[in-house]
Amino acid sequence: MNKPIIRVFAVLLVLFGLLAYFTTRWTVIDRAELQDNPQNKRELLAQQRIARGSIEAASGTVLARSVRRSDGTYARRYPEGGLFAQTVGYSFLNPGTAGLERFYNGQLTGRTAGLEGTLRKLQGKRQQGNDLQTALDPLAQQVAIDQLAGRAGAVVALDPRNGRVKVMASIPSYDPNVLRSARQTARLNSAPGAPLLNRTTAGLYPPGSTFKVVTAAAAIDSGLYEPSSTVNGDNAIPISGVPLNNDGGQSFGEVDLTTALTQSVNTVWAQVGERVGKRRMSRYMERFGFGSPVPVDLPPSERLASGLYCSPDGNRELVSPTDSCVDIGRASIGQDKLLATPLQMAMVASAVANRGILMRPAIATRTIDPEGRTAYENTPQRFSRVMSAASAEKLTAMMQRVVQEGTGTAAALSGIEVAGKTGTAERDVINNITQPWFIAFAPASDPQIAIAVTIEKTVGGFGGTDAAPIAKAVMESVLR
Amino acid sequence: MNARNRELLGLLPASLLIVAGFGAVFLQEQTQLDNLSLTYGAIFLGLCFAAHLIIRVRLPDADPYLLPIIAVLASIGLVVIYRLNETLARDQAQWFVIGLIAFAATIVLLRDYRVLERYRYLIAAASIALLLLPRVPGIGQQANGAYLGISLGPVSFQPAEFAKIGIIIFLASYLRDTRALLVSRKRYGITLPRLKHIGPLLLVWGLAMLMLVFIRDLGSSLMFFGGFLAMLYVATDRLIFPVVGFGLFGIGAWFFATTVGHVGDRISAWQHPFDPKLYEQIGGSYQIAQSLFAQADGGLWGEGFGQALISVGDSPILPAAQTDLIYAVIVNELGLIGGIALLLVYVLLIERGFRIAVLARDSFSKLLATGLTTVVALQVFVIVGGVTKVIPLTGVTLPFVSYGGSSIVANFVIVALLLLISDRARREARR
Repeated sequence: MNKPIIRVFAVLLVLFGLLAYFTTRWTVIDRAELQDNPQNKRELLAQQRIARGSIEAASGTVLARSVRRSDGTYARRYPEGGLFAQTVGYSFLNPGTAGLERFYNGQLTGRTAGLEGTLRKLQGKRQQGNDLQTALDPLAQQVAIDQLAGRAGAVVALDPRNGRVKVMASIPSYDPNVLRSARQTARLNSAPGAPLLNRTTAGLYPPGSTFKVVTAAAAIDSGLYEPSSTVNGDNAIPISGVPLNNDGGQSFGEVDLTTALTQSVNTVWAQVGERVGKRRMSRYMERFGFGSPVPVDLPPSERLASGLYCSPDGNRELVSPTDSCVDIGRASIGQDKLLATPLQMAMVASAVANRGILMRPAIATRTIDPEGRTAYENTPQRFSRVMSAASAEKLTAMMQRVVQEGTGTAAALSGIEVAGKTGTAERDVINNITQPWFIAFAPASDPQIAIAVTIEKTVGGFGGTDAAPIAKAVMESVLR
Repeated sequence: MNARNRELLGLLPASLLIVAGFGAVFLQEQTQLDNLSLTYGAIFLGLCFAAHLIIRVRLPDADPYLLPIIAVLASIGLVVIYRLNETLARDQAQWFVIGLIAFAATIVLLRDYRVLERYRYLIAAASIALLLLPRVPGIGQQANGAYLGISLGPVSFQPAEFAKIGIIIFLASYLRDTRALLVSRKRYGITLPRLKHIGPLLLVWGLAMLMLVFIRDLGSSLMFFGGFLAMLYVATDRLIFPVVGFGLFGIGAWFFATTVGHVGDRISAWQHPFDPKLYEQIGGSYQIAQSLFAQADGGLWGEGFGQALISVGDSPILPAAQTDLIYAVIVNELGLIGGIALLLVYVLLIERGFRIAVLARDSFSKLLATGLTTVVALQVFVIVGGVTKVIPLTGVTLPFVSYGGSSIVANFVIVALLLLISDRARREARR
């Protein structure tokens, strides 16, 4: 009888081997997959037991903090309500996390790995989050929101010298505190105007004439043109075989590029773009940041790439400017298939302002651990050298003219030189619906602020009349 | 060194484990590390020492490793339950005392366990009655669709835990008598026993099916039937019996899975744990999905003792953490390493059980030891397999580790019986 007993034992050993294999499967082999499962709320639930770090503006204003509840868990509160709603984001059990709360989750929950983490546990210390400090400017942000006055749109302002983001306003906005309730969350998700959307980084709009700054940079920095080079600025010059109109059908004759930028002459810049060519335009656009998700410290799902979007089979997809579907002449004046996020356009202004060097935009500056030490430093990083300092200086002079005597006079600040460019994208020609834009930086001789402003829809509005005053007010607030 | 001294020495690691375990939980719970953990360790050591003394006096030749293995399992269980809920741990400790009393009583009263053979039909009838008790109106309880528990006044227990011992005793005794007859007749080149010999065995199959219908518990019925087939195979040494047996069980299980709603639900929850509909459904796949999530968080080394996320505030995340899902809690806190270590302790236990069966001289002892060991092993397989999605999850306890009075007491009786068989076998072997 002993042989069958040993065989039964062997069969049971195989069954136990199966148990060991399956345990291995869930703990090691399929681990990442299980942890990413949308039904897996363990991490979020665990985080409710952690005193999450606060998020602060440059002035020390608290934008997000944790309060302890009676059952020992923590809840998130946003004392400033909707001021920086889409940028700060939220952290709740039900909708999950978004914005800075999501991007800096590891820092905010104070995940201390390795020896230090073990030591903390041995000392019986609770896991505690690091505080996140940002460069955000609540006063300027409030000015931006007031200026947009409820109109859907976006304002982004950053320091061109280091990329620190100061203003990131997206309207319509919402109060993140209401996301505690599931019903309010559902209501916000389907609310008209998509208040949860961060328009500064995930709103894709035709940039209109503001894009002429990119074309001008490519034209001058490549050595093909000088600001004094002249081009025929008549109306209805054929571009890709189809006549292109200037604003109001105006003909300018032979004009130099400075005048063409000041008066925003479409036909000149379209011809310049065609001569610069797809390859060169593509290279300069890439240096400005087009073609890849806008680089900023927000979750990838909240950042879109600016560039040319063609829909060969009905689905809109990003293509290279060298693609055959692109009309490079019209793209060079911000029309055709070109779409850009407001942050991308602020980066264009920023690169010119910082003598051709584009700094990577950054919202957070550092995190501070519970002992008051700096846990993480978000040091300014160079994104690219877009153009030579000399080219940037020429472009700055041209953009100053726009504000001094061209389409952007409404942005002029008393005593401070402003360089800028207006844009007015046509959204619905029949009903005269336009999307005004303005990008600028100041002071022109020593830039401290670069800005992009857009309003999604106006009836017959212009960049110079509708967007420029907003930029002026925000810049004034930051520079005061 | 003689067997009893080896046993005594073997209890040391278990005691260290429980002291370290309670120490770790105290550290985690933020209370100062005081001498309470040492007190718990000392009490536990005292209980183990008492059990050791009983064995030393009554069964001097018994297997020296069984008790230390049980002590290790029990200390893991106590620490994990303590970490989940202090009150439950206190209850569990009381059940350990009662289990030890049952253990001592079995050893003292059944000096010669072979008297059990005399009462085999009485034992069988009593066991079947016990199995059906949870369906008796008034005292039966339903949990998650299965009828496993009964409550008599303040005490509630699971009769199936005790019925399994009775049925194994009956089968061991019955098979001892009929094993020769079962293989004596051959037709068409295969072993084909007469109906009157195979009849009672078909009855056992019927009983297993009945359990599926009445008790509605796939896990228990798999455990019983698997134990039965193992004994049948050992008794006859004919592979045809377990093969046909599993075939019949499979057909029966398939039939009930497609007709009995509760069984079918369990199976679809097993196949698609992340299906949103099954996940949301009450009694659906939430428990198995959470079990897998908890294990994934454990990883290779685990999150550390006392780190497992069991509930937030008052809402539980891991349902039945102290019973069904205790293995998931252990893997979450101690990782793959901890889970495998626990499985290895069970493998050691099973190895000792089969060693006893091999050493035993008479067929009844061999069959009894095989049956008891197989049932314990299958119980581990059914619950750990359920928690790790090898098979559909059903609510049986993890022997000596899960919270549950009936389980502790019944398993102590099983160990007592194994020690009785072992003492006799080793004494005879020594002569």
